[in-house]
Amino acid sequence: MKTIIALFIAMTIAVEAGDWRQFRGPNGNGIAPDEALPTSLTKDNLKWSTSLPGRGLSGVIVVGERVIITCSSGPRQDRLHIVCLNAKDGAIRWHRQFWATGRTMCHSKTSVAAPTPCTDGEYIYANFSSNDLVCLDLNGNLQWLRGLTHDYANVSNSLGMASSLLVAGNVLVVPVENDSESYTIGINKTSGANLWRLSRPKAANWTTPTLLEGAFKGRDLVALQSSKGVSAVDLKTGDAVWNFGNGASTTSSTCVLDGVLYVPSNGITAIQPRSDGKEPDELWQSGRLQPSTASPIALGDHVYTVNRAGVLTAGNLKTGEREWQKRLKGPFSSTPVAAGSHLYFFNETGLMQVVDTAKGEDGEIRTLNLDDQILATPAVANGAIYVRSNSKIYKVAK
Amino acid sequence: MKHRWLALGATLSLGVAGWTAPISDSIKTLRAVGTEGQGNAAAAKALRQLAKADAAALPEILTAMNGANPLAANWLRSAVDTIAAREDKLPVAALKKFLADQKQNPRARRLAFELIQRAEPDTAAKLIPTMLNDPSVELRRDAVQRLIIAATAQQEKKQEGLALATFRKALDAARDLDQIKTITTHLRQLKAKVDLPRHFGFLMHWHVIGPFDNSDRKGFDIVFPPEKGVKLNATHPGKDGKVKWSPFITADEYGKVDINLAYPGLIKEVTAYAYTTYNSPEARAVQLRLACKNAWKIWVNGKLVFGRDEYHRGTRIDHYQLDAQMKKGPNTILIKLCQNEQTQSWTKQWEFQLRVCDATGTALLASNRLPTPKEGKTGN
Repeated sequence: MKTIIALFIAMTIAVEAGDWRQFRGPNGNGIAPDEALPTSLTKDNLKWSTSLPGRGLSGVIVVGERVIITCSSGPRQDRLHIVCLNAKDGAIRWHRQFWATGRTMCHSKTSVAAPTPCTDGEYIYANFSSNDLVCLDLNGNLQWLRGLTHDYANVSNSLGMASSLLVAGNVLVVPVENDSESYTIGINKTSGANLWRLSRPKAANWTTPTLLEGAFKGRDLVALQSSKGVSAVDLKTGDAVWNFGNGASTTSSTCVLDGVLYVPSNGITAIQPRSDGKEPDELWQSGRLQPSTASPIALGDHVYTVNRAGVLTAGNLKTGEREWQKRLKGPFSSTPVAAGSHLYFFNETGLMQVVDTAKGEDGEIRTLNLDDQILATPAVANGAIYVRSNSKIYKVAK
Repeated sequence: MKHRWLALGATLSLGVAGWTAPISDSIKTLRAVGTEGQGNAAAAKALRQLAKADAAALPEILTAMNGANPLAANWLRSAVDTIAAREDKLPVAALKKFLADQKQNPRARRLAFELIQRAEPDTAAKLIPTMLNDPSVELRRDAVQRLIIAATAQQEKKQEGLALATFRKALDAARDLDQIKTITTHLRQLKAKVDLPRHFGFLMHWHVIGPFDNSDRKGFDIVFPPEKGVKLNATHPGKDGKVKWSPFITADEYGKVDINLAYPGLIKEVTAYAYTTYNSPEARAVQLRLACKNAWKIWVNGKLVFGRDEYHRGTRIDHYQLDAQMKKGPNTILIKLCQNEQTQSWTKQWEFQLRVCDATGTALLASNRLPTPKEGKTGN
């Protein structure tokens, strides 16, 4: 009976609706399919804001009623914070601190708290630009920790690391790619020990891996993007399966919809992995779709990019043809997210902008000004959108 | 009755003798964690046990951070945070005693201070002035800030003599760049001289040699003649002909050694070396604090300390903090600096900054240190 109850609890945790568990949400593609978010914005939609104990541009993750965020503080930004807040009122449930064991040097625009944490619904995994990696339970109890620069002394990037984590199965995928000692590491999510460690191109890289579920003979693959292109490796072993070698961005990350990868490569290149594991088929390439820092998002029949100046471009998902454009107020560092047919953007001055893609270029842009520097990608969970600045976290909902 | 006494005895025994053992055992397990996740599983169990302890255990856990590796210190910190978050009353007197012991781990002492601050803010505020020369840079920072505020007020009231003395006191204690810059600005407004290279301990007098080849970034791994031994009168084959050592003196306030000054023009895909001698008054452990945005390697007395092959990503003072051992008397320091093939304007930089200090960032001045140069010099 206990087993059945435990199984039921585990299943309940595993299929909890409305969570936002990683960078760009449930499937790593920025889409919250069933969320009812506000589409016309007023000040009343701002439900709460809470001051944070440090800086950061990592994204928020949400598990049930828990809203989790990372920060860094101190003159040397060597204090690492993981903060859990109540979704309902923004009150801090718990707050844990660690000391950086790796270098904390980074560009002034970014932060030691740049990578977005992730969760499997039971445990929280958080990493920092110092390559400190911690696993906590949902109540903030430490389960394990690693200091990846402590382990591998030249794992660091003097501009700052920012790639986010990915957890799937029993594996936590940790990209620590840089100009010197460059790896992506598969870590046992329960013990924190290495399962595999891949040597990766010696080049700074801020992109986030993408999970390709059951993509090769039923095995889960992870698409690792770098300046060289995209390499798909077996999630469990790190063994290489296929490679796309036409180069790719080192800032904006690939998005996936219905098994097709939309890679920030020479604009956008759509690639379809093959069942035989050979090099993927290139479906189209468009230099007229130009993502910048923000990653592309595929929604409905289109793939969308937004450049730093604020031009939103809609490309046909099947052909890559540019179909319409719309000027938003930029600049953008944050990646947009989607709910229903709406795209939600936050520019660097804190202006939230909502675009109904169903209305194309004619749609009205609804706005809400948070009047704060926002560089982080938002999260969508349980009818609300959460976004953080360098000093606060905000909840916007109906 | 006999059973009751036995039961009480057993309870007391568990409460005293049985209590101490799990804490020390748990601490021992947490301190045993190592690289690549070693000891994590045992540590997780030990932390669960240790986190059950009451607030009285906090000083013991903080004490255990002394000599712990940085990963273990974070495990121990997690126990402190968990206990402190749960307990209403903290053992302020014991924490004060721990804080007063400057031989304890600096980060642990700062954590103790913050626990005191949480429990008794007034008590903590009274402690700040006593920390001006504390080995914990974070504790010292608060004390310096207090002086900066006081001196600024004195300056605003035209009490220039007082302000000068207070700013001087603040500068002597300051170790953080932002505070040092603030203090220096005020001191110079008050017409006072500030010798920043000496304050920081930047090494200003060097010999340089180059350029050697760094085509395709291969020079980083090539062992050029200076790595086999430095003879300042030697001539070696370089990238474009014979090269020889020449003196290089920097007068930059922040000790910047700009190699481009020695080899004018935009030189790319090249390697140079800088060399100096540091006379240490005693044999001791030091920190070499290096800033460099080129690929580099550094040797002390011919022994490689560290190297990094990253180009033009950014740098700042104390970017790399490298532990090294100095012997009494002359010690040689050799730095290799590689410049890559990038041609953007911001990739022209081919420079470094180095200082020798202790773990707090306090300058350790060489006994052969020359007066701070007023002018830079390259070549003979």
